[in-house]
Amino acid sequence: MPIQYYIYLCLTLFTIGIVGVLTRRNAIIVFMCIELMLNAVNLLLVAFSKMHHGAALVKDATSSVGIEGQLFVFFIMVVAAAEVSVGLAIIVMLYRNTHSVDINFLNRLKN
Amino acid sequence: MNAIIVSGLLGVIMMFSGIVLKNRSAITNLAAIGLLLLLIANILGTYGICTISINTHNMLRFEKFGMFFNSIAFAATLLYVLLSGRDLERTGVNTGEYYALIFFVLCGVSILSSFNGLLMLFLGIEILSIPLYILTGADKRNLRSNEASLKYFLMGSFSTGIMLMGITLIYGATGYFDLGHSPVVPSTGEQRATFLEVAGILLLFASMCFKVSAAPFHFWTPDVYDGAPSVFTSFMATVVKASGFIAFVRLFDRHGNELGPGPTWSLLLGFVIIATLLVGNITAVFQQSVKRMLAYSSIAQAGFMLFALYGNNDLAKEGILLYSVAYCLATIGIFAILIRMNDYTFDGFNGLAKTQPVLAITNTVFLLSLAGIPLTAGFFAKYYMLASAVKAGASLWLVIVAVIFAAVSVYYYFRVIQAMYFKDGDPATAPIGTGFKAMLILMAALIILFGIFPSMVLGAFYF
Repeated sequence: MPIQYYIYLCLTLFTIGIVGVLTRRNAIIVFMCIELMLNAVNLLLVAFSKMHHGAALVKDATSSVGIEGQLFVFFIMVVAAAEVSVGLAIIVMLYRNTHSVDINFLNRLKN
Repeated sequence: MNAIIVSGLLGVIMMFSGIVLKNRSAITNLAAIGLLLLLIANILGTYGICTISINTHNMLRFEKFGMFFNSIAFAATLLYVLLSGRDLERTGVNTGEYYALIFFVLCGVSILSSFNGLLMLFLGIEILSIPLYILTGADKRNLRSNEASLKYFLMGSFSTGIMLMGITLIYGATGYFDLGHSPVVPSTGEQRATFLEVAGILLLFASMCFKVSAAPFHFWTPDVYDGAPSVFTSFMATVVKASGFIAFVRLFDRHGNELGPGPTWSLLLGFVIIATLLVGNITAVFQQSVKRMLAYSSIAQAGFMLFALYGNNDLAKEGILLYSVAYCLATIGIFAILIRMNDYTFDGFNGLAKTQPVLAITNTVFLLSLAGIPLTAGFFAKYYMLASAVKAGASLWLVIVAVIFAAVSVYYYFRVIQAMYFKDGDPATAPIGTGFKAMLILMAALIILFGIFPSMVLGAFYF
């Protein structure tokens, strides 16, 4: 499959994530949209990695070019997991104090 | 290498210190000793004495600039712990964990000052940010702290997503996790970025602007700085922000002209600088709370630090180091005094000069340094920034606008001085010990010393 399809798919997923972050008011849903953005990036990285690898294979059959893209994906997964644990803890902390996960509630600091 | 390993280890040690040490001030003392060790280890590492050397496969590059900034950051944190350690103990019950998180942030700082390639940049930024989300929400029962923490977390991970997309697009276009690998145009022989790479660099630039709170990505800063416990705001606004700038400068060192031919890069930066100065200074004028004013003033100072990116020469590198020193010293000092005040509004400072003359005079020195008045370190910091931009061929208008905004900033800094010296009142403060006053005097003396002899900082850099 041409790389363009992957790019379009990933950019679509990424945009859905951004729109979700900007429009949804439920902290958990916003959080899921952020995860969607990260996973769109993961997919794109793997696709690019394969693309670079395929291009390098033509020149040299034993090439390992493109491996670092997949390496990056593992780092993103680990960091995303760390972020999830911290983020859910923060949301739970807020829920205990306010009994709500609505972001509209977050306007106490404005003035 | 020393700094990364030692700070990580110390973080783990501090995590378990709460089990062994029941006395909170013992934990603070342990953290101060740990910071001193970290500083010494880093200075030894700067001169090539490494306890452990690991083959990093060219993912980290240790050079004088980053190592010297590490020393500045560790020394500033040491001063911060000595000044505000007692207040940090009062934030909550988990003193050992707070220090552990601070050490993990410092680990992120030392990765950011030595990254070589975008993978390490990403890891450094995350190691720096994730502990900060927790520290922001350290005051668990306080709704403002909760809110600031959630806001910081959502905004921070959103910008991480943007940054990752930028990195991925750069990788897709060039095949490298690094800037400066644009394909060469055969006819002219010069490197020219493709559309995909330009889009990636712009996304990366936007997310870095977000991390250092440059306009138009500054909107989270006042809320987060205001809502976080003041002790941690002090740390976030100084060491963390300065290290963000070091990463920014190292990332776009020699790169940026890949965005397009001609003045595209300087035009973009010029816009961001003026927007940051405008938003930071003008909004700070209208604030009633000193803490919130300092949050906006940190945006305004970010505008000045962005000149290092604009200049992008040796003078800019010296300047950003000097700026880090001046800004960290002054802001840590002001926050240390602010934490001891019961009332955070300008009126809360009324008549402080009569009841606490030492606090008033040192606070005046810190505020003068932030405003950039001569004979304080802040003056030469601002001077180096503007000089580097002029040397890089900046338009004179940009420099004039920056100087005008520096004059505007004098207004809101002097409001505090005016309240302290020329208004009557009976400001309520927490008890203030002799050691605290001595530390404040030491920091004020350092600011004046570096203001008269800025070469002392730069001399240490080149030594």
